[in-house]
Amino acid sequence: MIPLTHYLIFANFLFVIGIFGALVRRNIIGILIALELILNAVNVNFVAFSQNTSPDPATGQIFAFFVIAIAAAEATVGLAIVLALFRVRKTILTDEIHLLKW
Amino acid sequence: MAGFLPDWVLVIKSVLISIAAIAFLGPVTMMYLTLLERKVVGRMQNRIGPNRVGKWGLLQPLADGVKMLTKEDIVPTPADPIAHFLAPILIVVPALLVFAVIPFGRGMTAVDLNVGLLFFIAISSTTTLAIFMASWGSRNKFSLLGGMRSVAQMVSYEVPMVLSVVPVILITGSLSTNDIVLAQGGWGGLKWFIFTPWGLLAFIIFYLCGVAECNRSPFDLPEAESEIVAGFHTEYSGMKFALFYMAEFMNSFTISALAATLFLGGWQGPVLPSWLWFFMKTYVLIFIMIWFRGTLPRFRVDQLMNLAWKFLLPLTLINIFVAGFWYFAPNTIVRVLMSAGVLSLSFWGLQKLNQGYAPEKRVYQFGD
Amino acid sequence: MTHLYDIVKFGIYALMAFSVLAAILAVTVRNLFHAALCFAAVLIGIAGVFLSLHADFLAMVQILIYVGAVMTLVIFAIMLTERFGDNSSPQNNSLTLAAFGLAIVSLIAFSTISVKTRWPIQENAGALHLSVGELAYALLNTYVLPFEVISVLLITTLIGAVIIAKKDRVS
Repeated sequence: MIPLTHYLIFANFLFVIGIFGALVRRNIIGILIALELILNAVNVNFVAFSQNTSPDPATGQIFAFFVIAIAAAEATVGLAIVLALFRVRKTILTDEIHLLKW
Repeated sequence: MAGFLPDWVLVIKSVLISIAAIAFLGPVTMMYLTLLERKVVGRMQNRIGPNRVGKWGLLQPLADGVKMLTKEDIVPTPADPIAHFLAPILIVVPALLVFAVIPFGRGMTAVDLNVGLLFFIAISSTTTLAIFMASWGSRNKFSLLGGMRSVAQMVSYEVPMVLSVVPVILITGSLSTNDIVLAQGGWGGLKWFIFTPWGLLAFIIFYLCGVAECNRSPFDLPEAESEIVAGFHTEYSGMKFALFYMAEFMNSFTISALAATLFLGGWQGPVLPSWLWFFMKTYVLIFIMIWFRGTLPRFRVDQLMNLAWKFLLPLTLINIFVAGFWYFAPNTIVRVLMSAGVLSLSFWGLQKLNQGYAPEKRVYQFGD
Repeated sequence: MTHLYDIVKFGIYALMAFSVLAAILAVTVRNLFHAALCFAAVLIGIAGVFLSLHADFLAMVQILIYVGAVMTLVIFAIMLTERFGDNSSPQNNSLTLAAFGLAIVSLIAFSTISVKTRWPIQENAGALHLSVGELAYALLNTYVLPFEVISVLLITTLIGAVIIAKKDRVS
């Protein structure tokens, strides 16, 4: 119904916004949100391609499942690190965390 | 009519009729559930309950509605205005959306999605966002504590709730709520899943988790008035407060309806019309919820978490295995006895294991 | 039925525009809590886009896992680390202008590529509807090894997250 290229451009938008956010944000949680945005853009591409170009539409959706699972794992560990960091440093701004050890 | 109007108007018309029916049914159900709850709890506490407005207090919900509408809408000065304003709206939306997949009777499902059950679970899990908005947006320590408790509780109880549904999906082979009801149609409409060992256990776990999901007593820690005022809706008044209440009552209705659909055969039943069976089963379950409230004291936080993670979760996992065995075993009495034996053994074992965590003697830090 | 298709089509484009707008807000808004809420809106919008691609199971999983679980985690972390409505320190670093330029350039480049390429589009494109059963069959037969690896990964993550976030025991 909607051509493939429109989905791709939509995913491009999300991806680029995610990259922008990951580069610009100072707060670690903000960066995590931007990274999740990038993963979502990838998911949209997977499903759109599998629906339009692949002979087997299951493949793209299953890759999207794996991406979602990995994104959940990433968020869990990332936020655990954020909490541990906050407990020690009382800040989660990336430019204030510049020592390897304290 | 069909030749008179273009097709797309007909499609939109049927959609609008479904939406209107649900948008009407939801609030009306909620209004009369408040009356039912007050009446039943009143009787349990040796009172009469509301009886002044109309015959048997039947117009009491309308009077309450008028009162709520005319109350002043107070927004605390330091509150986050956007989050504070949006939270009560966003909490009602999922509560209304899940009505769409509930089969109210034969062919009376608004939308027969082929992922209906997953739709229910997914949509009701978004309620946590609205609770977060309410608790963080009102900038009040009681709201924040209540919101934290509520979300911790909902996330914990969602796990055994979803897993307790898995046996039903496994046996039925479908996620559509309509197919699940149709699968329970044998024995003259009485082949309900609750009459199997795994079904009984799954029903009990699902129902308990459902009561916890709608933050009702005895799982009402998030709004424990003796500890944290009213939890996440402390700072709400007037119609916004009424919306929170509406969402809560509609949630308890939909959870009871889904429990009836999954385990009590939905609209299946002999003699009586299908929708009557459905509403009878749902209201029996709602009555049990009110009964809980009139009988049981509130849990402690650690008891609540222990129940979910150390007792219900392992039990649901064992139950999935038993349902798998049931699916492949030949249909004899041995199958029933074996699965019932395994389940009661694991129930007993988990109970024994969990007893070790209860402190034998209370230690008072400041009391002595 | 053409009118109905037009309405649905318009709805999908509106959903895409809404998602992009919410995504822009999610990376630029100063208040982190609002950013997280905008991100939740993006996720719901993407679930709608999945529905338009006939991936209804995936759309539900997206809402259940992202909105129900990941967002809950993110907002919990925000509540535990932020001060309420603290807008005193800027949320963006000095890279803003450069990053914006990079974003525009890459957006144009990627879009040109995706428009210019001749994708091998199938005959029955856009009409494929996959039942949950077929999906489960593919997941547990063809892709069973990655499935098991993912489950091991999730267990590891669970334990790792608990160990990292746990308070150090006072010796």
